[in-house]
Amino acid sequence: MGTLEQTVETEVHHGPARGITRWLYTTNHKDIGSMYLWFSLLMFLLGGCMALTIRAELFQPGLQLMEPNFFNQMTTMHGLIMVFGAVMPAFVGLANWMVPMMIGAPDMALPRMNNWSFWILPFAFCMMVATLFMEGGAPNFGWTFYAPLSTTYAPPSVTFFIFAVHMMGISSIMGAINIIATILNLRAPGMTMMKLPLFVWTWLITAFLLIAVMPVLAGVVTMMLMDIHFGTSFFNAAGGGDPVLFQHVFWFFGHPEVYIMILPAFGIVSQIIPTFARKKLFGYASMVYATASIAFLAFIVWAHHMFTVGMPLAGELFFMYATMLIAVPTGVKVFNWVATMFRGSMTFETPMLFALAFVVLFTIGGFSGLMLAIAPADFQYHDTYFVVAHFHYVLVPGAIFSIVAAVYYWLPKWTGNMYNETMGRWHFWLSFIGVNVTFFPMHFVGLAGMPRRIPDYALQFADFNAVASVGAFMFGLSQLLLVYNVVQCIRVKRPATAEVWEGAEGLEWTVPSPAPYHTFAQPPLVK
Amino acid sequence: MKIIGWGLPALFGALGLIFPLSAAAEWQVNLGPGVTEISRAVYDLHMTIFWVCVAIGAVVFGVMLYSIVHHRKSRGAKAHNFHENTLVEIIWTVVPFVILVGMAVPATATLIKMYDQSEAELDIQVTGYQWKWRYQYLGEDIDFFSSLSTPREQISNDETKGEHYLLEVDNAMVIPAGKKVRLLLTANDVIHSWWVPDLAVKKDAIPGFINEAWTIAPEPGIYRGQCAELCGKDHGFMPIVVDVRSEEDFNQWLVEMKQAKAQASDAATKNWTLAELMAKGEEVYNRACAACHQPNGEGIPGAFPALKGSPMMVGDPAAHIDVVLNGKSGTAMQAFRDQLSAVELAAVITYERNAWGNTTGDLVSPAQINTLKQ
Ligand code: HEC
Ligand SMILES: [Cu+2]
Ligand SMILES: [Cu+2]
Repeated sequence: MGTLEQTVETEVHHGPARGITRWLYTTNHKDIGSMYLWFSLLMFLLGGCMALTIRAELFQPGLQLMEPNFFNQMTTMHGLIMVFGAVMPAFVGLANWMVPMMIGAPDMALPRMNNWSFWILPFAFCMMVATLFMEGGAPNFGWTFYAPLSTTYAPPSVTFFIFAVHMMGISSIMGAINIIATILNLRAPGMTMMKLPLFVWTWLITAFLLIAVMPVLAGVVTMMLMDIHFGTSFFNAAGGGDPVLFQHVFWFFGHPEVYIMILPAFGIVSQIIPTFARKKLFGYASMVYATASIAFLAFIVWAHHMFTVGMPLAGELFFMYATMLIAVPTGVKVFNWVATMFRGSMTFETPMLFALAFVVLFTIGGFSGLMLAIAPADFQYHDTYFVVAHFHYVLVPGAIFSIVAAVYYWLPKWTGNMYNETMGRWHFWLSFIGVNVTFFPMHFVGLAGMPRRIPDYALQFADFNAVASVGAFMFGLSQLLLVYNVVQCIRVKRPATAEVWEGAEGLEWTVPSPAPYHTFAQPPLVK
Repeated sequence: MKIIGWGLPALFGALGLIFPLSAAAEWQVNLGPGVTEISRAVYDLHMTIFWVCVAIGAVVFGVMLYSIVHHRKSRGAKAHNFHENTLVEIIWTVVPFVILVGMAVPATATLIKMYDQSEAELDIQVTGYQWKWRYQYLGEDIDFFSSLSTPREQISNDETKGEHYLLEVDNAMVIPAGKKVRLLLTANDVIHSWWVPDLAVKKDAIPGFINEAWTIAPEPGIYRGQCAELCGKDHGFMPIVVDVRSEEDFNQWLVEMKQAKAQASDAATKNWTLAELMAKGEEVYNRACAACHQPNGEGIPGAFPALKGSPMMVGDPAAHIDVVLNGKSGTAMQAFRDQLSAVELAAVITYERNAWGNTTGDLVSPAQINTLKQ
């Protein structure tokens, strides 16, 4: 990105307000970013507890701990909380903190709306979690909530679920508008589009995806609401409706949604690898184009989730080919990361360890994705644990590892202190082993024929399930180290330099650590 | 091909020794090739794409590992400063594309084979119900339900689990070997999915739609599968068993099924005592109703109503009979008119009116049900 004119604002205009009102009324991107991140950590731990409940029941065949209906509530809530409560808010939090600092902007473009986008979330999730205590229990129809299981046959709490989804959708759309407005309007002089750090680029594209598909999600839940309460029959075959329509609309949202959860991760990894390889990112321009092509393809592959619904042959073929095509730009990204490492001068601090694990394990998830794209083979994989293994590989050591890598990478900038490197490495290795012990055996049981979303299973699946459960507890408990490391980093004074990392480049490293409450009140000049 | 990641199963095997696990350990790590021509074609596709991934993975992870080992700062590596190379970038865009085209060709061929619409020798309508399957042999006047036969005690760990735990049913779908059988799939309530891995058939059963699938199972044998689409509480408990028999045995089975049906209608004309109906009713209730209304008749609040003490159970029998026969549309309460015989219907209704402290003393007779069924 060339050399940077150092025009750091040293004098602080005014600090944050005191007490609770600081957080309630704040319009500061750093405060809001922190709130998003803490909220997402909380949701991650809550969704994680639900995952452990599931794995505890699946440790052995037979029903030990819970009724099947409660099991279904756990799988549903785990999915919804992790997707909408943990991963998405974490990325928005990172964007809030880093996008203005990376493009040399003083704050987000729409600070009041920013406050509102965040504060909707706790209410939405309180409502969603409250359904667990309602008569009939929480939603139990899976995070994909296929109709008519989620309409005609749903527990009464589904109405609260619909409202919660609407609120999350509003929050996401506002967040996305804000990010687009910031990136397009508030770049420092000289910060041209093709100089944007990749994290900013990937978020810009993600934000467009969000604006395009969140209204579709809102639409589909509204149609459910109409079916349930107002006598329509969108998805009710008895009334002339079409249950498969639900799946088309849902996945038109759902497939881009999975890229919403991975594109910012690509951005993060593209920041971290060059820093620790001490070498410029290989193929910057092709990274940008690859991201854009993935985003485009995201809109024309949705029915690969529906190969078994009975589409005509031409439909199957179209969606198979389009899906296979995604492997090309995704491959380009992976090759670029590897080429960045090649002939670099690498060191392996915690953020780099997580980023390297990301590259390997996300690629494994990509491979199983390519296998799933082959429609005839998908007839065997679909709705089995093979799919569970696939999407957990791209989401846990994919999205979540990237978020954790980002936290370790930028934590010194946020707090002004270095985290404890030894503990960071412990966290990494335990997570790395835990994640593989949990999810790798799921490929095996899936191929051997175990369907997903079942609370009890045939005996031949027993051993790998026991292994997966042990891995899950190992992974889950290791995340307490993350909490410990973050808290330690805030409390223990181990002052970090402004640059923090030897090979770091970018505007965020030109401001002191911790980053002052207001940065770039005077725009820096980017050459 | 049992060699995928053999190191990992070995590691896990060592771990597994620590746990008190079932003796039925199998450690199956790969898809089975199945028994039909189609399932073998699918298996070949699966293995091809798998090895393609392994090959690409070996190259990518190889270069990555090499860089991690050799280009580390602690070894004194100095960073070079190349950061683009048009030729290399074109190569690694084009080569994967070509590989994908190579993969798409056999996949397309297999898919076209699967979509072969030619006439079948036997058509079976398969209907998914909350949590059982119904098989109607078109043109044969054979129509029966197939539900899980694993005893409740095995599921609750009060008894040791049998060999085919959760993969066994009371009435298997019987088909002739070597003949093309077409399945017409639909559902009565929510979406289910009919899946038998050895036949490589997985197709959703969707209310209001009829999906088609077909198979030719060359050899007699028993093939097991499960519902693959989340369909509510007992989604994990609606297995599929396909019993493939030689043509001779299949014809024999058709005859037996028809005889059994005649016997059932004889039973309806017999005079049943209250005690007999109660005994039979309890058995039917536990098989067909307890999943929702619970064995103790108390239901699950918010989902399935209690029958114990319900005004309908102790009031006018007509309303009660109507609900059981015709179900309640738009709810999980399905019509049992065709699912149960007249005797079973009479027995279960009588049972509900006299169990768990419901003490009407009413006896609903099979003859009564038969007149209503006409
Ligand atoms: C898949 C779940 C399910 C199964 C299996 C099931 N029911 Fe029901 N049943 C329901 C639901 C749900 C209702 C409530 C319908 C409504 O909203 O009115 C109901 C209602 C009833 C009622 C009316 C209760 C009242 O007080 O209004 C009777 C009687 C009944 N069921 C009998 C049976 C019998 C007999 C069987 C077995 C042969 C059976 N049910 C099997 C779900 C089920
Ligand atoms: Cu998708
Ligand atoms: Cu099911």
